[in-house]
Amino acid sequence: MNYYIKKLISFLITLFCVALLSFLLFQIIPGDAAMSKLGIEATPEQVEELRAQYGYDRNVFARFFSWFGGIFTGDLGVSIKYGPMKVSELIGARLPVTIWLGVLSIILIVVISIPLGLICAKKPGGVVDIVSDWVAQLFMAVPSFVQGILISFVFGIILSLFIPGKYVSPLTDFPEFLQCMFFPALAVALPKIAMTVRFMKTSVKKELKCDYVRTAKAKGCSVNRIMWKHVLKNSMLPVITFIGLIVAEVMAGSIMIEKVFNLPGMGLLLVNSISNRDYPVVQAIVMYIALIVITVNFLVDIAYRLLDPRQTEEGL
Amino acid sequence: MKKSLFFMMLLVLAIALCACSGDTKKDDPANNVNDQGQTASSDSVSYGGEIVVGISQDLDSLDPHKAVAAGTKEVLYNIFEGLIKVDKDGNFVPAVAASYEITDGGLKYKFKLRDNVKFHNGKVVTADDVIYSLKRAAGKLETSDPEVVTVSAFSIISEINKTDDGIEVVLSEPNTELIGFFTSSIIPNDYDDQAKAPVGTGPFKFVSFEPLVSFVMAKNDDYYGEKAYLDKVTFKITSGGDSAFMELLAGSIDIFPYLTNEQAAQLEGKMDVLDGTMNLVQALFLNNAVKPFDDVRVRQAVCYALDRNEIINVTAGGRGDVIGTNMFPSFAKYYDASLVDNYKTNIDKAKELLKEAGYENGFTFTIKIPSNYDFHVKTGQVIVSQLAKVGIKAEIQLIDWGTWLSDVYKGRQHDATIIGLDSQMAPSDVLRFYPTDSSKNFMNYSNAQFDEVFAKAKAAVDETEKANLYREAEKILTEDAAAAYIQSPAQLVAVNSKLGGYTFYPIYVQDMSTVYFKK
Repeated sequence: MNYYIKKLISFLITLFCVALLSFLLFQIIPGDAAMSKLGIEATPEQVEELRAQYGYDRNVFARFFSWFGGIFTGDLGVSIKYGPMKVSELIGARLPVTIWLGVLSIILIVVISIPLGLICAKKPGGVVDIVSDWVAQLFMAVPSFVQGILISFVFGIILSLFIPGKYVSPLTDFPEFLQCMFFPALAVALPKIAMTVRFMKTSVKKELKCDYVRTAKAKGCSVNRIMWKHVLKNSMLPVITFIGLIVAEVMAGSIMIEKVFNLPGMGLLLVNSISNRDYPVVQAIVMYIALIVITVNFLVDIAYRLLDPRQTEEGL
Repeated sequence: MKKSLFFMMLLVLAIALCACSGDTKKDDPANNVNDQGQTASSDSVSYGGEIVVGISQDLDSLDPHKAVAAGTKEVLYNIFEGLIKVDKDGNFVPAVAASYEITDGGLKYKFKLRDNVKFHNGKVVTADDVIYSLKRAAGKLETSDPEVVTVSAFSIISEINKTDDGIEVVLSEPNTELIGFFTSSIIPNDYDDQAKAPVGTGPFKFVSFEPLVSFVMAKNDDYYGEKAYLDKVTFKITSGGDSAFMELLAGSIDIFPYLTNEQAAQLEGKMDVLDGTMNLVQALFLNNAVKPFDDVRVRQAVCYALDRNEIINVTAGGRGDVIGTNMFPSFAKYYDASLVDNYKTNIDKAKELLKEAGYENGFTFTIKIPSNYDFHVKTGQVIVSQLAKVGIKAEIQLIDWGTWLSDVYKGRQHDATIIGLDSQMAPSDVLRFYPTDSSKNFMNYSNAQFDEVFAKAKAAVDETEKANLYREAEKILTEDAAAAYIQSPAQLVAVNSKLGGYTFYPIYVQDMSTVYFKK
């Protein structure tokens, strides 16, 4: 119990620091919301008036704490750019896009890379191993947004399997929404699959050299049984950490992929809001990302304990 | 190992080839480019249908008086109208007003209102709505909303009165150019939800808006004028660049108004590409107050060093009009075409001027360019290489739009910048950046003679005299090399070949009411 309380406290402290830092950072960059909103036609007096309305005439810390206090009452404020629309409303509409993109790509990553890694490790130097090694190198070397453009071009334009840029809201037609998300998810997943396969392969190979594998073999265990019952579980430890990091990354918004496929997710909203200096939205998204990363790390810790009871509280 | 390397190279090559196959056609795209929009022949027109128009930036506000971005105004043009509007030849034609009259030497504007104009919510437009709208746009309401971007030209309005058949606007000083500003949107006086669900009088009415996704509008069946052909138009917000182009190729966008030259070439045979003008003044704007640009000879040297035709060839495949001053060619009445050749490229002359000014060995400066405008960035790259020929070392610094507004525009902290300036249909508005005391004078230009001529031109009532004075003012700018003027860029629009009626205007709008499906 003690462990979870400790975790919760560090969780809150991290969140607070992230919020404060991003808020302060936003004060450093030039330009502000009032100026971005009014553009070049406004007179300096008008800009000042709007700044006052947004509360820019108050002290930075006063503003920070009034915003931070809002979080606890569930009030994230009103978007500056999208006028009367609330930040929670705005983010609520983007969240499904980013989450489903993340979920789909994580499913792809796990389903493809773990078996593939096992097969490669089982027969080093085999056809699967060599081909997947080349392909993995290629996918790792080419940035994911380039792969996104290639996927749009090959599957969208040449093969006409999907319409690039098409987006259907999950509320109107859920199956079609998932269909729109599949190829972007593939673009997110490919480089990660390449990395995970290699990671998995190395990890399994290392385990295969362990003494217990030899003992099991000597006892007459079949190779498949050794692989699935013993090696897989042990070799998963580092892989889970790795996938945990990927989950955090993907769930936080695949900014470039959202841009390439024109998906209205959190990443796209974040980029646009930064250039509009729409700080209520930026702050909220930063909090969301921090929340995801911290939560995922927390879950990875728990997964560790389940997989390897040797990991004691002190060890963490 | 060698074998595997070879295999990989093959793989890479295969993918590269695959990616390039789209642009192997090298024919000149000019043969399928039309020049002046599309003209309708009545037998081919059909009513109904829906289309998707790609736009490259999100809307900044749905309230027409709060919208700032050109990319927003071009969309809202379909929903809202002013008392008057601009036709495709640049004439002011009545819209919500039935007619107008300027009297007392530009001191009084009288507008007769139509009696059959209805807002999209069914309410009939009254003189009270018009007065409310004008006052709101002028910032003269009792409780003003600081998000409303007031029309500064309206500051000379002293009173707005109701008349028997419309309204009368009285100014505190005569100004015949103010008519161009009455395109300002008319909105209902008792409706507070403009920013969420806009209500206007235009040929289309608002249906829905989803941030970062789309703006949807439907035909207004109660429109008093010529009704739109299409039933529904969706403006799809694309993230610009390659992804927008991909959607165009896949056919999920019917009209896309911001093609690059390379993209236009690739679309040949697949879509119609129309060629209009953006009516922007694109220039390398120099900060006249910092060294070495405080010396007129240095600014002139920069002008002589530039080869504008080369810039247009490189950045836009030769489409676009070279300009020599701060005015667009389509504003013909006030445009002095002879200024184009004032600084014909002349490297020797540039070097000579630099030597006279004491910069024989050149100098170094920074050009700040907003990174969201690819076109200006490209222009900057060509300029850097051209200036290098006379020994001037320019460096490009990319900044985001918010930073440009605060540092360059408001703070005037720059050596030089590249941007395109747009304007209302009034010559004083085009030149509003140059008077010494103007808050928009981000290049710190100052010339008492210019200020005097500009003030005279603005006050002039006689059209010929006015035009001559403005030309004189433009000439001063050119001779002072206030900025190195480059071009009025071309606008390339991709249009689905099933569609007709797309029209270019001398202002930046996407008028969908004229677009129709061909039979």
